Amino acid sequence: MTLISTPVSLREGRGREQMNVVILGHVDHGKSTVVGRLLADTGSLPEGKLEQVRRTCQANAKPFEYAFLLDALKDEQSQGITIDTARCFFKTALRDYVIIDAPGHVEFLKNMVTGASRAEAALLVIDAKEGIQENSRRHGFMASMLGIRQLVVLVNKMDLVGWDQGVFRRVEAEYSAFLAEIAVRPEAFVPISALGGDNLASASEHLRWYPGLTVLQTIDRFEKQRPAEHQPFRMPVQAVYKFTESGDARRIVAGTVVAGSAQVGQTLVFHPSGKRTRLKSVEGFAEPARTSIGLGEATGVTLEQQVYVTPGEIACVEGEAPPEVGSFLRASVFWLGRKPLVQGKRYKLKLATAATTAFLRQVSRVVDASELSSTTTRSHVERHEVADCVFETVRPIAYDLAATQLDTGRFVIVDDYEIAGGGILLANPGEMRSLFDHSESEANAAPSARVSRGERLARLRQQPKLVVLTGPDRSSIEHIAARLERELFASGRFVYFVAPEQLRSGLEADLLAQPDVRRDEHLRRLGELARLFADAGCVLIAATESLDTAEARQLRRIAAPSEVLLVGLGDERIDEAELALSMERAEDPVAATRRIHGLLVEQRVLQDYEI
Amino acid sequence: MDRLRALEAQSVYILREAYRQLEHLAMLWSIGKDSTVLLWLAKKAFFGHVPFPLVHIDTSFKLPEMIAYRDRLAREWKLTMIVGQNTAALRENRSFPAGTLDRISCCRELKTEALRNTLSGEWPRLRLDHQTGQYVKDADARPYTGVIVGVRADEEGSRSKERYFSPRTRDNDWDVGDQPPEFWNQYKTDFAPGTHVRVHPLLDWTELAIWEYIELESIPVVDLYFDRGAGQRYRSLGCYPCTQPVESTARTVSDIVRELRTGKFVNIAERAGRAQDKDGGGTLEQLRRDGYM
Ligand SMILES: Nc1nc2c(ncn2[C@@H]2O[C@H](COP(=O)(O)OP(=O)(O)O)[C@@H](O)[C@H]2O)c(=O)[nH]1
Repeated sequence: MTLISTPVSLREGRGREQMNVVILGHVDHGKSTVVGRLLADTGSLPEGKLEQVRRTCQANAKPFEYAFLLDALKDEQSQGITIDTARCFFKTALRDYVIIDAPGHVEFLKNMVTGASRAEAALLVIDAKEGIQENSRRHGFMASMLGIRQLVVLVNKMDLVGWDQGVFRRVEAEYSAFLAEIAVRPEAFVPISALGGDNLASASEHLRWYPGLTVLQTIDRFEKQRPAEHQPFRMPVQAVYKFTESGDARRIVAGTVVAGSAQVGQTLVFHPSGKRTRLKSVEGFAEPARTSIGLGEATGVTLEQQVYVTPGEIACVEGEAPPEVGSFLRASVFWLGRKPLVQGKRYKLKLATAATTAFLRQVSRVVDASELSSTTTRSHVERHEVADCVFETVRPIAYDLAATQLDTGRFVIVDDYEIAGGGILLANPGEMRSLFDHSESEANAAPSARVSRGERLARLRQQPKLVVLTGPDRSSIEHIAARLERELFASGRFVYFVAPEQLRSGLEADLLAQPDVRRDEHLRRLGELARLFADAGCVLIAATESLDTAEARQLRRIAAPSEVLLVGLGDERIDEAELALSMERAEDPVAATRRIHGLLVEQRVLQDYEI
Repeated sequence: MDRLRALEAQSVYILREAYRQLEHLAMLWSIGKDSTVLLWLAKKAFFGHVPFPLVHIDTSFKLPEMIAYRDRLAREWKLTMIVGQNTAALRENRSFPAGTLDRISCCRELKTEALRNTLSGEWPRLRLDHQTGQYVKDADARPYTGVIVGVRADEEGSRSKERYFSPRTRDNDWDVGDQPPEFWNQYKTDFAPGTHVRVHPLLDWTELAIWEYIELESIPVVDLYFDRGAGQRYRSLGCYPCTQPVESTARTVSDIVRELRTGKFVNIAERAGRAQDKDGGGTLEQLRRDGYM
């Protein structure tokens, strides 16, 4: 047994260029016929196949259809050659094409979205005789929302309208007007008869009035994704790796560059945290040493200073245009979910590598994707609709506007484990009144009959507070928290330690399946809990592993008006300024408890203190 | 960026996403060229490390070179190597080579069943002990809830309907008709309890791209893929009773790339040498529903 290791033989022009094109259109307008003809006319069919299917049709006394040809190819698993269930392959002299078939039925919109999102260009078929139909519009709209920049409209079945230029021009005018409303400029309108192959691979006798290119020529004109090298650098952080147990000391910030480039020595700024440090090295496996990273690369870097960066942040280069940072996002959203998108429900929003809890705050306009008719009075979005909405996230996130940077300018919404919608970012609406700002409800919820805060304070002789112990050593902070609870209780105080385990098995049980928002949700729920306990006059104790500065602020925001007192036990991720008390990680529990207790007396959380 | 580097970057992204989002992740390694490329891509994604176990289902009928190669690479690359097997069926002589089962049923017993029970942890898993070089029973019997698999969409019909992240029920059921939408590099990473997910980082690769990448990166592959003098080589690897070599004099990776490009095999499917694919139509899709890859 010998291991073969082959020599590298790098050649120019390795492989041919490949382009993914999706074919769209209303049912029966001729998508299969266009695809079948393209395969036949580019010589991409297995030999004799076309004749064989024709003969079968004849024998069964039914008219030949290209759809049968495609079906026959699908059935035959001799495969991967010309077609499979969702894709066909053909070549021109210029390059290889993959045609992605998007189901024309509206029920399959999510499959259409999946297929079309992998395409770099779209062919949209419209029946000249039947004219523009529901899915002609819906598909055009979705293609533009999905970011397909190149669209060609094929006006098919020209034979059925007597090759009449007037019909073609009418469809062209009407559909152009529709596309203009959604700011799409098609590359071309081509009159064709797919059945006869007119204007597909070669110009047609019947269509001499048409001066433009054939379908194949138009396809060869499509451009590969436009290079974005000169845009500001964007690398969403996917993970921070440290494989110490395998003897690797590197701390690598990994991600894929979605725009621009960065060099060793440049200062990187991570948003939303705003942390900055210099790019120290580019890391990789089995690749030559490099000093820069560029568009499209899935790479990793080390940093000069050990700043604490979290996955989901966007790495940018100092001096270049920064992304937006905020908790509010205005977006155009398409909805695929079975259940409507509604206000008051908790969703997960995933943007590049970030994920956070989000709520729908506003629906400004709902558009029926097939009609472009819009309503402004609704507060929810139904399946297959498109709407302008505002979302609020529980913590600020970094994003771009789709008009300037697509990859960091769009997001998906997850509802009950499923991706249920996509959004294109239109604007940063700035600060609005937050869902988590309870000042108003607080004021309203205090009719005079209720026990007032002052009354409770007088009775309990204590200021309600949330005391959070944080540090890298979970068992140690929980141990101290429990001791503190015991000590305060013994001295007659109204105190409660909400242990992480209790939360996990109840209030947070639903978060087990959602690791990427577990942290955000933990802080949100703890904050809300603290508010209620504070209202009841209680000193609430919590233990949360390794809070960072942003999380501490998020917790304060949600817990308000309850105050949060933070005690750090050897945490490096948090600013000293956030901490009321900072101790060593390995602080003796007895001493630690005494110091916290002392602090509570000193800050007059506990009043009339006597031992 | 050229096509291979773009494919590489996309696969790396998917692997990192799987590692970040899924607990108890494992990668299937069939020892073939595709899953070996996948293993290489994992080393790319994790900077030389492979931070999850590799699972191999040993039918006991694999070509012996494959097993030798597996163990050698596992040692050299310090892999967490897990092997699962349907030892009961083998002990009771239930298999196609033993003459007691047809090919498809044999696949179902020795691959599908073994895989299902190895992934769920219901059957013992053997782990390579790097100290002794022996396989020992693995103490960790937790089910793998995420499984990375090296399937490609161009292999055969049913695979082109796959997603990069494809949810399965506890019984490995795959609902082809109703799959989650997948766009903008966002995948289904949220799962109801009891379901698990198959991850397919190689979905967009083709057989040619795989070989071009093996050449570009000098990835070591088992030499069964090359003509060693008899004018024959394997194009696809499996169990020896059901896998036939193809006529070819390709001796090196570059030979194979040239052979695929010039179209010697253009009208012959890659798995044409695999006998079980021919036993009736649609069986492969059925096997896939059952969890076979
Ligand atoms: N007369 C005429 N019929 C056509 C043409 N293209 C397609 N058809 C017919 O229109 C029907 C629907 O076409 P098909 O390609 O199956 O539509 P799909 O549902 O969009 O895939 C079939 O009966 C075709 O034969 C054409 O250019 N002229």
